[in-house]
Amino acid sequence: MGASNNGFSVIGKPLPKPDAVSKVTGRAIYADDMLPARTLHCRILRSPHPHARIVSIDTSAARRMPGVQAVITGADLPIKFGILPVTQDERALEHEKVRYVGDPIAAVAAVDEEIAASACDAISVEYEVLEPVMSIDEALVETKDERIQDYGGPNNIHKLVALEFGDVDAGFARADHTREDVFFFQGNTHLPMEQHSAVATFVDGRVTLWSSTQVVHYVHRALAKVLELPMNRIRVIGAAHGGGFGGKTDPFAHEIIVSKLAMLTGRPVKCTLTREEVFYAHRGRHPVLMWVRTGVTKDGRITAMHFRSALDGGAYGSYGVASTFYTGALQTVTYDIPAYRFEGCRVFTNKPPCGPKRGHGTPQPRFALELHLEKIAHDIGLDPVELKQRNFVKPMTRTVNWLRVTSCGLEECTERVLNASGFRKREKKRGHGMGFAISSYLSGAGTAIYWNDMPHSEVQIKVDRGGVTAYCGAMDIGQGSDSVLAAIVAEELGIQPADVRLVTADTDTTPIDLGSYSSRVTFMAGNAAIQAARKMREMLVEAAAAKMGAPVEAVAVGGGRIGDFSFEDASILAEARFGTLTSAGSYTPPKIAGPYKGSGVGPSPAYSYSACVVDLDADPRTGLVHLNKVWIAHDVGRAINPLLVEGQVEGSVYMGLGEALMEEQEFRKGLHKWPSMLEYKSPTFLDMPEVETFIVETVDPEGPYGAKEAGQGPLLPVIPAVSSAVFDALGVWIDEIPVTPEKIVEALRRKEKGEAARFGPARFPSIPYPACIKVEPPAKELDRAAPASI
Amino acid sequence: MLRLPRFKYLRPKTAREAARMASELGPKAMFVAGGTDLFPKLKRRQFEVEALIGLDFLSRQVRAGADEAEVDAGVTLASAAANEHLSATFSGYAEAAGVVSSPPLRNAGTIGGNLCVDTRCNYYDMTYEWRKAIGFCMKKDGDICLVAPSSPRCWAVSSSDTGPMAIALEGMVTLAGADGERELPVAALYRDDGIDYLAKQPSEVLTSLRLPVIEGNQSAYVKLRRRGSIDFPIAGAAVALRLDGATVTRCRIVLSAVASYPLEARAADDFLTGKTLDEETVRAAAEIAAKPAKPLDNADLTHFWRKRMVRVVVEQALAAAATRGGGSMVKLLGQHPG
Ligand SMILES: Cc1cc2nc3c(=O)[nH]c(=O)nc-3n(C[C@H](O)[C@H](O)[C@H](O)COP(=O)(O)OP(=O)(O)OC[C@H]3O[C@@H](n4cnc5c(N)ncnc54)[C@H](O)[C@@H]3O)c2cc1C
Ligand code: SF4
Repeated sequence: MGASNNGFSVIGKPLPKPDAVSKVTGRAIYADDMLPARTLHCRILRSPHPHARIVSIDTSAARRMPGVQAVITGADLPIKFGILPVTQDERALEHEKVRYVGDPIAAVAAVDEEIAASACDAISVEYEVLEPVMSIDEALVETKDERIQDYGGPNNIHKLVALEFGDVDAGFARADHTREDVFFFQGNTHLPMEQHSAVATFVDGRVTLWSSTQVVHYVHRALAKVLELPMNRIRVIGAAHGGGFGGKTDPFAHEIIVSKLAMLTGRPVKCTLTREEVFYAHRGRHPVLMWVRTGVTKDGRITAMHFRSALDGGAYGSYGVASTFYTGALQTVTYDIPAYRFEGCRVFTNKPPCGPKRGHGTPQPRFALELHLEKIAHDIGLDPVELKQRNFVKPMTRTVNWLRVTSCGLEECTERVLNASGFRKREKKRGHGMGFAISSYLSGAGTAIYWNDMPHSEVQIKVDRGGVTAYCGAMDIGQGSDSVLAAIVAEELGIQPADVRLVTADTDTTPIDLGSYSSRVTFMAGNAAIQAARKMREMLVEAAAAKMGAPVEAVAVGGGRIGDFSFEDASILAEARFGTLTSAGSYTPPKIAGPYKGSGVGPSPAYSYSACVVDLDADPRTGLVHLNKVWIAHDVGRAINPLLVEGQVEGSVYMGLGEALMEEQEFRKGLHKWPSMLEYKSPTFLDMPEVETFIVETVDPEGPYGAKEAGQGPLLPVIPAVSSAVFDALGVWIDEIPVTPEKIVEALRRKEKGEAARFGPARFPSIPYPACIKVEPPAKELDRAAPASI
Repeated sequence: MLRLPRFKYLRPKTAREAARMASELGPKAMFVAGGTDLFPKLKRRQFEVEALIGLDFLSRQVRAGADEAEVDAGVTLASAAANEHLSATFSGYAEAAGVVSSPPLRNAGTIGGNLCVDTRCNYYDMTYEWRKAIGFCMKKDGDICLVAPSSPRCWAVSSSDTGPMAIALEGMVTLAGADGERELPVAALYRDDGIDYLAKQPSEVLTSLRLPVIEGNQSAYVKLRRRGSIDFPIAGAAVALRLDGATVTRCRIVLSAVASYPLEARAADDFLTGKTLDEETVRAAAEIAAKPAKPLDNADLTHFWRKRMVRVVVEQALAAAATRGGGSMVKLLGQHPG
């Protein structure tokens, strides 16, 4: 809705995805569908203990089993890896110590999966069991036995950060009212429909890996490191993808294991994780405990904010350092906070490692921030929406923590959902409530995971005998990045998306793209595609103009024609004139990070904005919540394909509702409580309420045709809007996600007894944060003439 | 992927032949009807068998008579739910069949399988590897109960939706053994034990369910679960009522998912019989019905909350059953938790 397509022939049209038919008819080839001749099947033996030293591993019985071709342990893959250069703390197989139930210990390749599974069961491992650390509180004190990791500290602390922008104490001194709140956001997992799966071959000294991954480049790097092979001997190909949501953004043990087993046996080796193993692979939403203090003036203007977070990281680093920074980074991108202090802490616990899940590190603080501001509004007798609006950031400004805001559709998104939902005129009735919240997210991180000067995305185009092929390392994980690439190339060359062949996510044949995470592909690969396509168009136009004897300006491009010629004829003319027709484009984000350590997390070439209203009924007797409707508006800059934007927005709403109301990565007796799709509650499509989506277009100055991200941002406001709607319905605050019926009932009981009308954490622990790094805020106004640099 | 173990698949042609096979093979074999409960459990190694005895010979008819309806054990839950006669005369039963698991499973799952469905516990309904890691419990491979470690018995939860309703409707099942048939009230099919939860011989095949027509009976089933689309019950109430004006002349309340067997709320039945049905008596009856329910920490959500919810589902089921006949029952209490 509301998407424009002025002047474009492809951009702005709601076209189906190029792979839609093959996916819905079951013909797309996922990694698990592959079965090269002589494939061996791999199963992985995993730790039954949350924390233990490995005394010995005896694989002899497994090796003797008929059908078993190879058994490997950590001794075969001793080199550590990890997604961030600073936390290379994982092994494909552990032979010294296990850190969570599910930590991989040994792997078997056998002629079928049952034999591989029985062989795993026949491996005997002797453990020295250690005291597990299962919560943030436990991680902050001295452990009984030993620390989970041998870096970080004190105790099981992984990372501490402390930053201060502007004079926070002075800001609080200036406030007419200050308030403190504590919130908790429980961990949850991605739950993609497709389990992780990988197939490797080893032919002529080269490893080829097909995997269900979001980032072929990072898998490529990890394989080279652990297998000790040059990168040119390894090829990683992204197979058709059944969903990631951040859960397939790390390099994973099974990818390394099948490659190693293929090298040892000379046969193709496949491993598809069971659903239970997917819960152990995890890298999902961090459980985060948060404390926030904010000062406001009488009229609701924020004077200062102090935000603390404690993240339960699980057993390994993963993206955790970045996640920690993200819990403090984007508060300032929606609200104008003149002085801001952030203290963050990530701890290790004996659980599957947490990492990036849709919204990476920001849904938790967004939940806290939105509810906290509502409470402040109630304190000072102001309408919460009004208070939020008074503090909205403005376009073309720079935040106190040096983030550059260019296009910003916050106001318009807000008005759209308020008007459509009738929020301001809603009937006040016990048991019925509406909640409102806003958010913002990055269109791609401005800095790479590992330090390098390469562009973040590159696209090559080849035109040959009238056929157009576009090459890009980007991985379509269902979000539609292939559609975007095809649409852009088609738009620039005056043809249809179906006329563009795509070769993507293959480290041998495609140039680099940093992968499908951080909502970066449309923005970055899109800009690279525009550049490559325009270079190609110039050649076609020049050749056509020469033949026509006309100036290049006279050559119209569109409708499958270049000037007087069909696209095919024009391409032959151009090939005759220039030789092989290839062009390339690349995108490097502007260097806009602030002048301080840790400034790499948060900057993005553009931010998307969203606003949401949730309407629900909440039963005071049972605490049961019934969702009636969700209205959501999303500022995507420009919708390259509005159908896909709506799909991303609705998918985000769906995922947000699941997190808000039911999803929980819970542990009992050291184990994941319910690693199964039936017991881990996530909504099905029958549980979805109606969703009304509004696409808001602010035409970003740097996005491709003005486009920004749509894949993650719209999830963020949904969660606080649910909790706020429960308050609207029943007058109790549920300061803890998920909002379950038992919490609502308990909050109502407390209210009746005259206690605080809330359910949530009572306190924030004492954490040894270091002294804050003090950062001078930048000038607030952005120079419009030079939006790309500071 | 979790794989099915290897097993032999036997295809008897009659119930008697099936029963004979079962008694010969003993615990090494199990019956399979729709397989919707059995196959996932084989994958998780909760059952270990060498042979499955297929029950696809079972008829799939619903016979509506003047005195009773006979539902063959092979009738799928989906067709039971959609059956016009059942919906009109035994509405609670059709309702219960219609809220079992999810649409695809209702198309495959049978009413016989639903009456015999295994008890549940979230320490047990997990993979072999998970159970091995936490320590096996006495229901499979171990010798203690992880929910109530000092208890000598298993408290796994009866999770059939149609069982309680069939009891409330005073149904009878036909069981075929190697040497003949017998009839049993549905209530007598169950035992208060999480492991040996069925009172029938393991070799007996359940061939049909008979529901007697009781003039003026009105029934309803209310099920509580997290997701209306797929989940097992975490509390449920099956109610069959006969009213003379507003006076209760007959009442049967049976609870699902609060014990190892469908829990009959006889005290509440007795309390209500002869009383006028109004908001107050409904509340009081629900209170009495809920008292013996003892949910434990082995299902979804906390057991405190589930215990609280038993009263609510009973009230709702009473209200729904009463309104069914177009009677002037109190307003529906609360929202429908399904
Ligand atoms: C995701 C999921 C959700 C579910 N949700 C529910 C739910 O909400 N409510 C619910 O009640 N159930 C639920 N179930 C369980 C199951 O689907 C149903 O109970 C179904 O009715 C079982 O019938 P079936 O024919 O598939 O039985 P099967 O799986 O074939 O058999 C179940 C058991 O009964 C025995 N059996 C079957 N038929 C006979 C017979 N005629 N005589 C003797 N023994 C027999 C089998 O040996 C086996 O032990 C769910 C299952 C899954 C996987
Ligand atoms: S109730 Fe106890 S014995 Fe029974 S399945 Fe659960 S843990 Fe096992």
